[in-house]
This record gives sequence, C-alpha cells and structure tokens, in this order.
Amino acid sequence: MNESQQTAFEDIKETVGDVTVDNPKMCLKNIDVFYGDKQAIYDVSLDIANNEVIAMIGPSGCGKSTFLRCMNRMNDTIPSCRVSGEMMLDGEDLYGPSLDPVLLRARVGMVFQKPNPFAKSIYDNVAYGPRIHGLANNRAELDDIVVNSLQKAGLFSEVQDRLDAPGTSLSGGQQQRLCIARTIAVSPEVILMDEPCSALDPIATARIEELIDELRQNYAIAIVTHSMQQAARVSQRTAYFHLGKLVEVGATNTIFTNPTHELTENYITGRFG
Amino acid sequence: MSPATLLLLALLLGLATFAFGRYKALSIARSKGGNRYLHSLPGHYGMMVGLWCVLPALAILLAWQLFETPVTNSLLDSAVPQSISDKGEKAVELYKNDIRNIVSADQLDQVTDPDKKHAALRLNHLNSFSRIALLIVMLSAALIGAALAYRKIKASTEARTVVERILHVFLVSCASIAILTTIGIVFSVLFEAIRFFQQVSFLEFVSGTKWSPQTAIRTDQVGSSGSFGAVPLFVGTLLISAIAMLVAVPFGLLSAIYLAEYASPRARSIIKPLLEVLAGIPTVVYGFFAALTVAPLIRGLGESIGLSVSSESALAAGIVVGIMIIPFVSSLSDDVITAVPQAMRDGSYGLGATKSETVRKVVFPAALPGIVGGILLAASRAIGETMIVVMAAGLAANLTVNPLEAVTTVTVQIVTLLTGDQEFDSAKTLAAFALGLMLFVTTLMLNIIALHVVRRYREQYE
Repeated sequence: MNESQQTAFEDIKETVGDVTVDNPKMCLKNIDVFYGDKQAIYDVSLDIANNEVIAMIGPSGCGKSTFLRCMNRMNDTIPSCRVSGEMMLDGEDLYGPSLDPVLLRARVGMVFQKPNPFAKSIYDNVAYGPRIHGLANNRAELDDIVVNSLQKAGLFSEVQDRLDAPGTSLSGGQQQRLCIARTIAVSPEVILMDEPCSALDPIATARIEELIDELRQNYAIAIVTHSMQQAARVSQRTAYFHLGKLVEVGATNTIFTNPTHELTENYITGRFG
Repeated sequence: MSPATLLLLALLLGLATFAFGRYKALSIARSKGGNRYLHSLPGHYGMMVGLWCVLPALAILLAWQLFETPVTNSLLDSAVPQSISDKGEKAVELYKNDIRNIVSADQLDQVTDPDKKHAALRLNHLNSFSRIALLIVMLSAALIGAALAYRKIKASTEARTVVERILHVFLVSCASIAILTTIGIVFSVLFEAIRFFQQVSFLEFVSGTKWSPQTAIRTDQVGSSGSFGAVPLFVGTLLISAIAMLVAVPFGLLSAIYLAEYASPRARSIIKPLLEVLAGIPTVVYGFFAALTVAPLIRGLGESIGLSVSSESALAAGIVVGIMIIPFVSSLSDDVITAVPQAMRDGSYGLGATKSETVRKVVFPAALPGIVGGILLAASRAIGETMIVVMAAGLAANLTVNPLEAVTTVTVQIVTLLTGDQEFDSAKTLAAFALGLMLFVTTLMLNIIALHVVRRYREQYE
C-alpha cells in the first residue's frame, strides 16, 4: 500500500449505513479472510435479503469477489485461504461442524466471471447438478428439470432443437445463460454472481440483466460487478468495498445519488477506481 | 588446403566483408544525416554482403566435395594400361582403387611397377590441380558475390528483407533435413523389403503361422527350408504390448490423476520427478529386472497354484515393458489434466459436486482425448520396445495367446536375424527389413491416429 492508500485504509472506521435487513437469508458477521499471511477482508458484516439483488462494487482488489466466494465456501478450494467470523444461512452456521460444504454449494449456487460450460452437451450441462444430487428419479423428471431451468434462464427457445450440441458451441452470452440454467437446476436458495457479464457484449449483457431481475422473484442474489450502471440497473441494495473493508451499504438509489462516505462518492463519481 | 581450412577461410572472408558492408552503410547514413535515413539497420547491410560472400563459397566447396572424386576418377581412365582395361570394368575399378590408395597413403616412392607409378603421378597431379582450382574458384566466387552485394548498398536497398529471406530459407532447409532423413530411412527399409518379397511371397509373410528363418546356405543342405510366416511374431508383439498397456494405463492414469488433482504441491514436487526417473532407466537394466526378478517371481507364483509357467514368459516381459512406459502415460496425462481450465472445476464445485465427482465427470471427460493420444503414443513405444523383450520373452516363435508361455516379438527377431555374420542377400537377413517395415507402418499409423486425436482436443479449448 502506498501512503494515500494507507490513509484511506485507516479512514475507513465503521461501515456507513445499515448492514442488517428485516428478512435476512444470509447473515455474515465480522468476516476476516486471509490468503496466507495477507489479510484480504477486514471485519465485514453484511446481510443478504430474500427476493433482493445486492450489488457489491469497488475498485479491483478490494475483496468483493473474495467476500462473495466465502458465502458458498468456494475459498475452501484454495489451500492457503483462511476464513473467520460468523456466517449463517437461515440461521445455520456455514462454517459449523455439522455443515457439509458440498451440500452448501447446492443451496448457494454460483455463476462465474467467464462462462464455463463443461465439455458436454447442453442437456448434460444442465443435468449435471440434478444428477450428482439425485434430484430426479427418472428420465422424465430430469427432462422436466432441464427444460424448466433452460426456460427460466431464457435460453430454451434458442437451443430446444439442439440439446445434444456441445455447450461450448454456444455464443458467449448463451454460454453464460447456460451456466445460469445449470445453477438454477439444483434449485438453490441463493445465487452468487461474480461479474457475470464482464466477458459479454452489451446485448448479451442486457439479456442477463433482465434475467437477474426475473430471478429475484425466487432467489436471493448477490452480484459482484465492475459496472456501476449495471449495479444501478439490477440491484436494490449496494455495498461499496474498499481495500478489504466494507465502506458503505444502502439502498441503491441512495448510494448512487447521495452517498455518505467520501470514498464512496469518489468512486461513484469516477474520481478513482 | 583441406576442406576445413577452406571453410574457415570462407567464414573469415564473410566476417571481413560484413565489416566492409556495415562500414559503407554507416558512411552513407552519416552523409544523409543519421541511421534513420537507411532502409535497414547498418548490420543488415553488413549481413547481406557477408552472406553473399559466404554462401556462394560454401556452395562451391560442397559441390567440389561431391564431384571431385568421380571427375578425377574418369580422368584417370587414360592412365589405365590396356592389359587391365581388357579385363573388364571390375578390374579397372580395382586398379584405380589401388592407385588411389597409393596416393592417399603417400607411398609413391615404394611403387616399382612403371605403369602404376605413371598412373599415381597422374592422379597426384590431378589432385593438386583440383585443390588449387578449388581455392581459386571459391575465392573468386566469394569476392564476386561480396563485391556485387557491396555495390548494391544504397540508402534504399532493402537489406533487411534480403537477410530475413535468406534466414527463412536456411530454417526451411534445417527442417527438411529431419524430413529427408525419415524418407531416407523408409526407402532404405523399403528397398530391402522388396528384395525379400521377391524371394518369399507377401501373402505367406503376412498369413503364415510358422516362423523358422533358417535357409540353406548350400543347396544340398537338409532340413533348412526356411518358413517366413510372421503371424506368430505379430501375435507375440501384440500380446506383450497388450499386457504392457494393461499395466501402464491404469497405473499411469491413476497416478496422473493423483498428481494433478489430489497431491499437495509439495508431494507433487517430490513424486513427479521420482516417477519420471523410470523413464531414464536404460532398457537393458529393465531387461535384467525382467529376466532375473520378475520372471522367476511369476514362475514361483504360478507353480504354487499349479500352473506351468516357462521361465521366459510373455507376462514377465509385458509387465516390465508396462512399468517402463508408466511415466509416458502419467506425464502426458498429467499435462492434459492440468490443462483443463480451473473454471471447469470451479463450475463443478459451485454446483455442489465433490472432488471425486468433479474429477470423474468433468475433468476426466474434458481431458479424455488428450489422454487417449498419450496412451497411443505410449503404445507405439511398447510395440517398438526391444531390449526388455530380448532378455525376458525368449526367442521361441510360438503362436499362442497364453501369457505364461515364451513368445517372441518382431523386434527380437530383427535383432537375432541381423546380429552375427550373415549373408546379406539371403532371405533370412532380408526378412529383418520386411519385419522392420511392417513394424514401422504399424507404429506410424498409431502415431498418426494419436496426433490426430491430440489435435482435435486442442481445437476444443482455443
């Protein structure tokens, strides 16, 4: 960290705004994350509400993706990563001894930055999750789940006559919607999205954003994004991260029109980041 | 002057003309006001002049080396006495050879026969003339080439393009040497194989079931009508290769999966090099191991459960060949498994898959084409393996698929047919080339399939 960063870092004392909500799906309290000796997240608390999209914004390296990956324990796959704090999903401790991270990831689905369909057919991509979790008892049920998920992801009409084609043969935007369908297929309760549109063109992005808005009816959604316009368009609440700390949380309207913290204002108005 | 000295001379000339060319370019640049007014860097002009000096000289040197002997040889004809040339071509060649030896050994003083002395003197004269002529021709070619290039130097001369083009041609010719060698090997084997098939029918070779390559040296010899049915050899080869693959594929593949997916970086950094040590062991040493350790062990085990096992068995050889190619399978598979993008694994974990589900259902299928390619490459190694099989599988050409019996392979028979003193034109010796050709074709096909599969895999991810 250089000097001005150091000052800014020390300036961030306590999160501005209310981190809690009335109907929390997930409650995260006092989260610290370390990669080896390096601390990436400092004492962050945040609630994720049902039927709501929360956007996490902030400059690169501010820890928003790391924070997102704590929520389904994806950080477990990185050997040097250590997480401490309290995380609850419907009142159940995420890092408690009774909770299996594998089952957790079925309840908290994740869509990644780059579309990553498996080297399988479109059908098998969507059927992958239901198959490993035994969600369908026969082929007809599995077909139902696949068709349903593709419909919810707004992809079915485009691929219905070529479900056997490899997932990698789709365009980038279609691939990302395929990945969303794949996530929906295991009927998660929360969907985490890590910059889901950063590899897509504006038209594909618009489709995904519409989709996110529709999905909000059934899921709690947390999305990390670099595009402030996107955050403003799709989210109801916005959280601004800076240097591993949560600076400000609030209703998206307020954050973008009348931010309280100076750092948030600087970022929103494009003075840095 | 010897060719080596001439070569050195040409290179020195090249260096000198390089300096001249560069100097001229620099002075042109100075008069124009800087290097940026030149089309190319001053060094490129130097290179252009130097290459135009060296390349013609080298070409002449090479041509001289190729044609000097045939030319002096035919010029020597006039010095061959009538009495010799009456005896026919072979006698003349023999006589000329004699003269050549005298001259090259510098034994002119010891020659008493006046005809021979005359011929030797003539050859000596021809040789020294040729050496001087070579020196003159080469030097003038070098200097003319350099002078022409030097004169061409102007600010607008595209020296860089010329140099790049010459380099391009040079690289292409290097690459074609490897290809030409392959073609040369194919033809040398092919021609001998054709000679073999003139004596033994192709059909008998590929469909006969009896291999006993003993041919009569004298016509009145008994019991030595050779039979050249290669089927037992190919069955033996396939049997041993199949056993080897049964050993190498599971062990190699599973260790690759362990190394790529499960091992900690520390464990990987220790285990991977250790596994690759297997690839560095000479096959002769594997041969000892097969013949002295594995074969008796198998026989002991077999006999303890009441099976009769011969002391040289296909099983012993196959197992050891398999151990030898484990590192091929594991190393190639490890590479393709590691090349599967991390995003795929994340996607699978993100859906709640366990590690083994991810490996089995996402990583392995994605890497499969590459793994198949690796296995096919390993298989062609197994088929071509010789030393282990010579030491552990035996020489008996049994037509059997029982791995407990002694069998022999194509490579083993090639070795036995060609070692020792043999008549080169007998069917017995030539059979080795036919076998070699068949083996080459088999492994070539395997390699082509493997490369094709590997290439398709690459396209999938890029």
